[in-house]
Amino acid sequence: MGRSYLGEFEELVLLTVAVLEGTAYGVTIAAELKQRMNNRLISLSGVHIALYRLEEKGFVVSELGGATSERGGRRKRFFRITALGKRTLAEMRQVRNELWDAIPNPSFS
Amino acid sequence: MQDTPPAWLDALVKRFLPAELYEELLGDLHEQFAFQAEEFGAKKARWMYFFEVLRFCRPYFLKRRFRADSKYSTSYTYSPTMIRNYFKIAFRNLLKYKGYSFINIFGLATGMAVAMLIGLWVWDELSFEKYHQHYDRIVQVMEHTNIGEGISTESALPIPLSAELRNKFGNDFEKVASTLTYEQVISFDENAFTKLGCYAESQFTDIISLDMKKGSKSALNPNELLISESLAKAIFGDNDPIHKIIKLNNAYNVQVAGVYKDLPKNTRFYDLHFIAPIDLLFGNNKANINNWYSSSFQIYALLPPNSSTEFISSKIKTVLYEHNQDAAKPVLFLYPMEKWHLYQFKNGVNVGGRLEFVWLFGIIGIFVLLLACINFMNLNTARSEKRAKEVGIRKTVGSERRQLIGQFFSESMLVVTFAFGLSLLFVQLILPTFNEVAAKEMFLLWSTPLFWLFSLGFTLLTGLIAGSYPALYLSSFQPIKVLKGGSFRVGRLASFPRKALVVVQFTVSITLIIGTLVVFQQIQYAKNRPIGYNRNGILSIPFNSSEITNYNVFRDEIMRTNAVVQMTASSNPTTGIWSSADNLDWKGKDPNRQEIFGTVLIDPNFGNVVEWKLKEGRSFSNQFSTDSLSFVFNEAAIKQMGLKEPIGEIVKWHGKNWKIIGVVKDMVMKSPFEPAVPTVFMMNDKERSFNVINFKLSAATSVVTAIKKIEAVFKKFAPNSAFNYRFADEEYAKKFAEEERIGKLATFFALLAIFISCLGLFGLASFVAEQRTKEIGVRKVMGATVINLWGLLSKDFVQLVFVSLFIASPIAYYLMENWIQKYSYRTTISWWIFAATGVATLIITLLTVSFQAIKAALMNPVKSLKSE
Repeated sequence: MGRSYLGEFEELVLLTVAVLEGTAYGVTIAAELKQRMNNRLISLSGVHIALYRLEEKGFVVSELGGATSERGGRRKRFFRITALGKRTLAEMRQVRNELWDAIPNPSFS
Repeated sequence: MQDTPPAWLDALVKRFLPAELYEELLGDLHEQFAFQAEEFGAKKARWMYFFEVLRFCRPYFLKRRFRADSKYSTSYTYSPTMIRNYFKIAFRNLLKYKGYSFINIFGLATGMAVAMLIGLWVWDELSFEKYHQHYDRIVQVMEHTNIGEGISTESALPIPLSAELRNKFGNDFEKVASTLTYEQVISFDENAFTKLGCYAESQFTDIISLDMKKGSKSALNPNELLISESLAKAIFGDNDPIHKIIKLNNAYNVQVAGVYKDLPKNTRFYDLHFIAPIDLLFGNNKANINNWYSSSFQIYALLPPNSSTEFISSKIKTVLYEHNQDAAKPVLFLYPMEKWHLYQFKNGVNVGGRLEFVWLFGIIGIFVLLLACINFMNLNTARSEKRAKEVGIRKTVGSERRQLIGQFFSESMLVVTFAFGLSLLFVQLILPTFNEVAAKEMFLLWSTPLFWLFSLGFTLLTGLIAGSYPALYLSSFQPIKVLKGGSFRVGRLASFPRKALVVVQFTVSITLIIGTLVVFQQIQYAKNRPIGYNRNGILSIPFNSSEITNYNVFRDEIMRTNAVVQMTASSNPTTGIWSSADNLDWKGKDPNRQEIFGTVLIDPNFGNVVEWKLKEGRSFSNQFSTDSLSFVFNEAAIKQMGLKEPIGEIVKWHGKNWKIIGVVKDMVMKSPFEPAVPTVFMMNDKERSFNVINFKLSAATSVVTAIKKIEAVFKKFAPNSAFNYRFADEEYAKKFAEEERIGKLATFFALLAIFISCLGLFGLASFVAEQRTKEIGVRKVMGATVINLWGLLSKDFVQLVFVSLFIASPIAYYLMENWIQKYSYRTTISWWIFAATGVATLIITLLTVSFQAIKAALMNPVKSLKSE
């Protein structure tokens, strides 16, 4: 069995979780993505669904904590990338690199 | 101060987010809101929050929530598992008690079918004339005139009135047209048809809506006409009818200019097969177009948008009187199309005519449906004992009352849905017969969304009504009582509502039966009325003087065939009076009253043909040349004039002196429910024209041969005309058509009502018999006979029927006495109707109940006592 399928948006979310190391939860991930992607429409619900799916697939783990007043005292769910997640990202990156290298005339942009 | 997101959105989010994610998600939402409120301002943030929330309505979250609910949640009213369970239990119950289920579903289906049929009928009645595009702007010009005993409302008006309205009141009328509707012979080549059609002024085609299939309706040029699609098909088959020349009334050659689609049955203009220019009728005699004294035209008009009928009516009020100075003081008014069908005039006042029927049948429909619902309620509550344990268990395990109510409602919905399907089938099967009886063209509107909407609402409503009582009653049981042991008994009081409902059922049924019998009694009474002449063997045909130019030659030739004993020409057949006069003057006449007389032109043989009975004086004779200035009156006319010694009196009419030579007994020539019309007979054909020829067929010749012989002679004289004959007795019978139709419909409903009621009673009886099995067993052991037991079991029901009878009789008497008042010639409601209905209902009840009672009474006590 190969590894689980990772969609484009899921991959982005997973990368962001890795970037935010330790402070990754719904709002920060959405904000980070928005900022990096030229305000592409990022919905909180979409981010959350991607996170839950990633968790089901074992790419991230989560824990609750860190209530603040603007949240009305509600806790956050922090996400951390797992070893499997890191490996999967690395594999995907390698495949991409190999493909880029295989392009005969790489400076087409 | 800190802005907070709208609370209702949070509540919404809570509804569909999975409980375990609610905290973190709402937290994130709020945090983001706080962010955005700072960045874009509170107002924009709210909007963004709103859309963010909307985006949370995703299948992912819903699915998660759903799964979580079904896994962990305790009770929750609309959980699919519970609803599935309700239906499962309902199905099992239906299958377990097949008899009851059948009675329930079948009874409900019958009731619903009746309600649906009546609904269709009411719909059809209310949609009358709506076919016309300008429905709300079309009016008919009519007049109120003062006659002797009140105000009479007429639609026949003189033809120049329409031109006057067009010219002088151009701003108040968009279109005005005079019309005259006739049955006419239409011939082309060898084919001749007699069809109803109308002669009209050209604007008529713009007033009513015509769906043109070929040609154009725009110009109703002289010598052109429009014909209906069905007539075109009959005359020309598949050939193109346009520009063909056909002959109307054997007199006018006209060219077909257009073909229109036959008008639907629910308009007054239904059956109008041709529309021809009215000028044809006047030929070279154009002066008649300006005759203000001859009233025979119907005038229709189209008003401009947003105009007031009352206002225009008041403007044209006196127009007719200004021209004809009639002593009856005609007052013109406009009668809007929406009232034509459902209303009528009584003494100058617009009252509901057919509208009463619409109401009446509507109410009957609701009642029949109610009867079926009562069956459902009764059977379910009667069986409550069987379900009591189930309710007890459910409650103990944790059902709330509203859940149980939901359960019983879903059960009744299930039954009603089955019944609805079955009732659609019934309606489809019965509709052709029903259409025939009701003289309509109705069909189920399968493709109309409104119909389905109605049906859905109707099903839900029936389910609610039928399910309400069982649902509320059954769910009220206390688990401790029903579960404690076999001691659970629904007390004396519990059966009271059931009994009351049975009484309601039978009251309705008995009222309907009595009503039906009274309708038939009235019809029979009018049928047995002495009519003053002998209508047997009288045949009449139209008399057209352009064909039969010499009546005497025609007469001689007919008489030579020996097919007829006698024949006579007259202005109308014996079954109608086609003209009238209100300007007769005699000695002692009250100058302030307008007395109206039917006028009938006859020849001296008339008396022999119809066998009238002379009371005084003599009839007309060819031997006295003075008879052309003589009158024969009927008794009603003499009474109206108040003459003591009528013979020899002089009556002034049209400037001449007429002598009364005879008085005949009243003949019923118009409605058999009305008093005989005061009538004057004359033989002066300058005053009225001959329109029909009446034959008294010879008893020696068979009717078929006689008709063939007459037709042969007729064809010789009028080769191009259709030979249309009518029998007086058949025409007379048609006068009862409307009453007989009501009678038939009432019979239909009464039978259904009693059928549904008995169905319910049957179910109840079987239930009672079952419930008392043990008691019956013990009684039998103690020595009760079958008769004893039969009496015991039937007694209760017979009592109920008696109560119903006592309630229904006065109600029915009151209602029918009201109905019968509208007939002048009416029967008195006799006591035997009530007695007969009572006996019949008792017998039916006993038959229904006895089957179960005797079955129970015959049971072997060993068997019924052995169990347990």
